[in-house]
Amino acid sequence: MSDAPVLRIRNVRKQFGDHVALDGVDLDVHEGEVVTVIGPSGSGKSTLVRCVHQLESIDGGAMYLDGELLGYEMRRGHLRPLPDRRLAAQRGRMGMVFQQFNLFAHWSVLRNVIEAQVTVHGRSPEEARKEALRLLERVGLSGKADAHPRMLSGGQQQRVAIARALATNPRIMLFDEPTSALDPELVDEVLSVVLDLARGGMTMIIVTHEMSFAREVADRCVFMEEGRVVETGTPKEIFDNPASPRLRAFLSRFSGRAAHISDERPLEEETTS
Amino acid sequence: MSLAPQVLDVASARPRIRPLRWVAGAVLLVLVAQFAWFLVTNPRFEWAVAGKYLFDPNILRGLGMSLLLTVIAMTLGSVLGVLLAAGRLSDFKPAAWACGVYVAVFRGIPPLVQLIFWFNLGYLLPRISLGVPFGPTFVSWPTNSVISSLTAAIIGLTLHEAAYMAEIVRAGILAVDGGQRDAARAMGFTARQSFVKVVLPQAMRVIVPPTGSQFISLLKGTSLVSVIAMADLLYSVQVIYNRTYEIVPLLIVACAWYLAVVTVLSLGQRRLEQHFGKGQR
Ligand SMILES: Nc1ncnc2c1ncn2[C@@H]1O[C@H](COP(=O)(O)OP(=O)(O)O)[C@@H](O)[C@H]1O
Ligand SMILES: [Mg+2]
Repeated sequence: MSDAPVLRIRNVRKQFGDHVALDGVDLDVHEGEVVTVIGPSGSGKSTLVRCVHQLESIDGGAMYLDGELLGYEMRRGHLRPLPDRRLAAQRGRMGMVFQQFNLFAHWSVLRNVIEAQVTVHGRSPEEARKEALRLLERVGLSGKADAHPRMLSGGQQQRVAIARALATNPRIMLFDEPTSALDPELVDEVLSVVLDLARGGMTMIIVTHEMSFAREVADRCVFMEEGRVVETGTPKEIFDNPASPRLRAFLSRFSGRAAHISDERPLEEETTS
Repeated sequence: MSLAPQVLDVASARPRIRPLRWVAGAVLLVLVAQFAWFLVTNPRFEWAVAGKYLFDPNILRGLGMSLLLTVIAMTLGSVLGVLLAAGRLSDFKPAAWACGVYVAVFRGIPPLVQLIFWFNLGYLLPRISLGVPFGPTFVSWPTNSVISSLTAAIIGLTLHEAAYMAEIVRAGILAVDGGQRDAARAMGFTARQSFVKVVLPQAMRVIVPPTGSQFISLLKGTSLVSVIAMADLLYSVQVIYNRTYEIVPLLIVACAWYLAVVTVLSLGQRRLEQHFGKGQR
């Protein structure tokens, strides 16, 4: 870990109408560090990663990727939002994995992993194809390159989504509850891919409700509630020695339950036909 | 008294007895027979005359013009419609507002009225010029030399069609899951790349079926241009029956061609729907 953080989040605030979703969040993520974010539903975890990835604009504070201000630039003494093209370029330097996978439904698995490499990062189609096949193999899906996303199980779709995000060599990977939409028996295949990435030194922020996983994979763990970072520390500190009563209350709700818990699970069952 | 259950097998059952269907079928048969009798025995249909004109070169030329107008107005109208739909969904409020007003106006005015209006544009605007607004003019033409019945027909049909296509495309775009757009932006696509590469292709599934119907109504709608002396299919038969007074057989010729083309288009539409329906959810 070097000194300058890959991602720096400073006093970030975000409101939806009157509702304060992020209320002054500070967080640094260093090279190779894995930060897991836990907290009750509605505490602002998704909003945080979406703001980092510039899918939502923030209302205050600032974020930096490798020291570069995200989403804004200084022009003649005033901060102004970046034009779309440069915003897109900043997004292209981060990888995002969504709870609902969001694979491009009209493209094959292979094209999902190839496209951004070519259009955003200017790789040649052959190079992109080779890289895509390598990544699909890494997530254990080399046989599914020509399949359509809807033909895959949820776990397979999410592994493709991870390959797709990795294809552009992101500086940091952001996961928003990558297993919450999965049937319980499919959770492990996704988590093992994420764990593999962590061992490979990828810098990551992982929002998750899988407590044992949050503990195992993390270098540092963050507990959020009501748009604030309430507590942050090593997994040992957070899980074995929670300082705040709120974290203790939150963790107690998980103890003794099965590994897979999510209060945001969609009602319909995944179709895997 | 009861039968032993194992003896029964519904595979041997007869169809349900439905007497009302027999009655309805008989009534229908009588009506069809009566109509056929009317078609065949009424000498005023002049079937022989209709047959004679069916492949008349003037009529085929008129049919070609109707098809050409349909294709041109549909193509231009679709392009304009996509732009209008994108404009209406834009977060740039003046654009959204302007596109909304356009759609309301051009959907609200009957296409026949629009055609006559464009044809008579020369009265309102004697010259058409290019230049700086409120400033000097670079080139200018007399409107009546620019607006022929062909340009009036193309402009009128295109602008009308664009308003409908804008609504269809907008509905299609709104039907695409928001997560797809998020994912596209997250991959580093620009707003335009996300729209062109991800959102629009997926919207096609919703856009194609009503667009097919739209194409068919546009083909029929081209018959309106006969009022501005545009030589379409209807105008071509009118020219002939104004001379020969064989109104009914010539209208039958027009009906036959419209029906034939619409039937082919409907088959094509079904193929397209099957094509765009697959690959997604
Ligand atoms: N697009 C939005 N519009 C309005 N409110 C939102 C939106 N996204 C999130 N929120 C609200 O912000 C709060 C934080 O949401 P979220 O970040 O999704 O929480 P978490 O992921 O921790 O469950 C919630 O109260 C939620 O209702
Ligand atoms: Mg969430």
